[in-house]
Amino acid sequence: MSVDLSQFHQVFFEESHEGLDVMESALLNMDVSQVDSETINEIFRAAHSIKGGSGTFGFSAIAEFTHVVETLLDLIRSDQFEMQAEHINLFLQSVDCIRTMIQELEQGQACDTRLASELKAKFTEVLEAKTSSSGKQTDSPSISPEGGQPSSQTGNSGRGWHIYFKPSVDILRTGNDPLRMFRELSDLGDINVTALMAGLPALSSLDSEGCFLAWEISLSGDIQKAQIDEVFEWVVDESDIRITPLSDISLKDGEKTETVSVTETGSAAPALIPEEKAVSSKPDQKHAIAATTPVAEQSQKSARKEAKSESASIRVGTDKIDSLINMVGELVITQSMLNELGKNFEVSSIPKLLEGLAQLSLHTRELQENVMRIRMLPISFAFSRFPRLVHDMSQTLNKKVELVLLGEQTELDKTVMERIGDPLVHLVRNSLDHGLELPDKRLAAGKPETGKITLNAFHQGGNIVIQIIDDGAGLNEERILKKAIENGLVSPDEHLDPSQIHDLIFQPGFSTAETVTDISGRGVGMDVVRRNIQELNGTVEVESSPGKGSTFTIRLPLTLAILDGQLIRVGKQVYIFPLVSIVESIESQEKMIHRVSGGCDVLRIRNEYIPIIRLWDVFNIDADHKKVADGLLVIVEGDNIKVAVLVDDLLAQQQVVIKSLQDNYKAVPGVSGATILGDGTVSLILDISGLIKLAGVGKESYRKVSDSGDHQAA
Amino acid sequence: MKENKTNKHQAVNAKVEDSRQVEPKDQYLTFFMGDEEFGINILSVQEIRGWEPITEIPNSPRQVLGVMNLRGTVSPIIDLRHCFGITNLSYSDQTVVIIVSVQVKNDKKPKVIGIVVDAVSDVYNFAASEIQVSPELAHTHQAQYVRGLASTTEKMVIILDLTAQLIEDIEPSDLSSRPFLASH
Repeated sequence: MSVDLSQFHQVFFEESHEGLDVMESALLNMDVSQVDSETINEIFRAAHSIKGGSGTFGFSAIAEFTHVVETLLDLIRSDQFEMQAEHINLFLQSVDCIRTMIQELEQGQACDTRLASELKAKFTEVLEAKTSSSGKQTDSPSISPEGGQPSSQTGNSGRGWHIYFKPSVDILRTGNDPLRMFRELSDLGDINVTALMAGLPALSSLDSEGCFLAWEISLSGDIQKAQIDEVFEWVVDESDIRITPLSDISLKDGEKTETVSVTETGSAAPALIPEEKAVSSKPDQKHAIAATTPVAEQSQKSARKEAKSESASIRVGTDKIDSLINMVGELVITQSMLNELGKNFEVSSIPKLLEGLAQLSLHTRELQENVMRIRMLPISFAFSRFPRLVHDMSQTLNKKVELVLLGEQTELDKTVMERIGDPLVHLVRNSLDHGLELPDKRLAAGKPETGKITLNAFHQGGNIVIQIIDDGAGLNEERILKKAIENGLVSPDEHLDPSQIHDLIFQPGFSTAETVTDISGRGVGMDVVRRNIQELNGTVEVESSPGKGSTFTIRLPLTLAILDGQLIRVGKQVYIFPLVSIVESIESQEKMIHRVSGGCDVLRIRNEYIPIIRLWDVFNIDADHKKVADGLLVIVEGDNIKVAVLVDDLLAQQQVVIKSLQDNYKAVPGVSGATILGDGTVSLILDISGLIKLAGVGKESYRKVSDSGDHQAA
Repeated sequence: MKENKTNKHQAVNAKVEDSRQVEPKDQYLTFFMGDEEFGINILSVQEIRGWEPITEIPNSPRQVLGVMNLRGTVSPIIDLRHCFGITNLSYSDQTVVIIVSVQVKNDKKPKVIGIVVDAVSDVYNFAASEIQVSPELAHTHQAQYVRGLASTTEKMVIILDLTAQLIEDIEPSDLSSRPFLASH
């Protein structure tokens, strides 16, 4: 019977990534002077799962490499080896290396083993240095006898092997079946198995699910030791296995043993992965790293730069599923109640009907909320990469940084999480690079040598707020202003207050990398950050005080599936503006409207000139009020451009569920999606940037407009 | 009366089936647009609904009337009569919307769209060999939807093969200048 293992590959990849994340964060948290055995165990377990999995699926390159890593870890675990700072870096590099290999496999490429063999050599070096200095035998009895140098022993004799195999009592409970292993061995060569029954307790005290037998196996044929190791891969840690070349042992057939035809029953469980995953359920609200260890090479940076593959599956806590099932149960009850009511309906049962309907709507809403919660993940998934990033970057920049993560359990929609990662990285790098000063500068400014970057996440209303706080120098307003004037973003005689100046860094063409310091090269400016966040219907702003540091605040909707909308009416059509994009709504007055040559009307409000878009004109629909002066103007912002949209009426504000128009139709300019209103009709959700493009209000014309406005004002 | 008609057709079809057992037959739902009867494979039909007001899509091609809520999904409604050059369109309680799923090129997921027709007629069985290609339609834009002609004992049915091309513009050039369809 052969099982198609490839169906499990995706699970393996996901679990391996999780394992690697566990290893990485444990390594970064490790204090070299005081190695905590629990941490080492955690790393070891993760590495072991990856090794086991990759072995099962035949990814031998990963299995081999992980084995070497594991060997060193095991020595550390059993206190036979002292961990040094440089070893942490070696391990971190291995994590990267394994990650790269797994990613290559995920993309269906062959593993690039060059880095792996390079690192492997380093590990061997470390291991050999250890053996020669202490002169002690490295093999501990609990681990496989292949010990430190797996490759050097594998060669051997064409004659065969003698194997002593004493599994732990629990071997059958973990789903491993010795019979299966023997069958696999018998595929390799001629096998002769004898059972040793010395350990067998009396029948009265026999635990029927335990395994008390041991076996002597002689296997003849031209077999590599690695092939045998592979068979015992799953049980090697729990069992006593001794493998010796056949020539070394004198076979004592039939001495005090009897040949057994092994027919175990009730143990035919499939080879499951026995490891319980230690998933990130760390309750720590705060874990800080002091980034003081020297980082080794930059080569790892490129390894991590890879585009994050968006996994298509999601792990959901059973409590969430349970509450869903509960809710569906209640829904069914309500439904059957209503059903009953409908069968023999009388006028007198109207109150009952109303009650039932109220219950139904309550349950539906609860169900909706709970279904939404399934997609929610703690933000620690997005935060988890930062300890490493900060660790690496602080080395490169020669800065001392402490990273504080707060509110890691704050939950966020998975899609939002996937898309907020890159802007966050950019902001953190920015704070590290431009915000924090060098240690001597900090000391001179009377601040502690070690800078502090805080990542904070919390819920506020229907939004999630993420803050990136540094205690660095703050934004250099003078230089920003100077650069902005050079770039023509502001005119020299314009007076801006500090918050307006801070906001300039989000302007396109205003890359901080080129302006505020000389360290550059990322090629993306803050405008990209802002655009990414706006695509998620979020906002980003910065507060800064010179010498004290700056705070970037990102506000995001909890989910992309639901949007806070303002319903508006034009003629007979109802459209929806995302509430976040609305600046204000005003009743227009004739005197506020100016006609600019070129046909574009602008609204003058508080010395600002805002182009007017007539929705009926852009959408070719009928409207009650076609003249600007008659209708209402909703001032909305998109792509950093403010426009005033002429509408007939403002209706309710409500949360709407976003439905795709593209699924069954195609993209419509100026419309980002559709939703279904309470009365069952479809309403279109407007896309502000698309609307601006559709109306032909270009950035250029806008800038000209505002310039001319300034002259008028002056 | 309609029932009688259906029974008669079924009887005819059954006879035809007896004589040629080998070839499998597909069922076609037929409907009227103007004076002509059109047929589509019944497997692509999801449901038949009456006309109800729908939400317009701004700047859409003329045949796309708007979108409708189909039990939670948003589907475009296309006036197939317009695609086939029928003018003088009316929308009343009698107007019928057939919800069909149509194949999309290079895309595995079919789109669900509604087509507006004058009236639904009947269901017929035709074998593939009974559908003849009609050459004279080859040069008009409607030709891409026409698979061929099939005949029952008394009349001819135009067999259609609808694609997602329906939602695209017929004449992209007149998109900007055309007046929008009046609200219904």
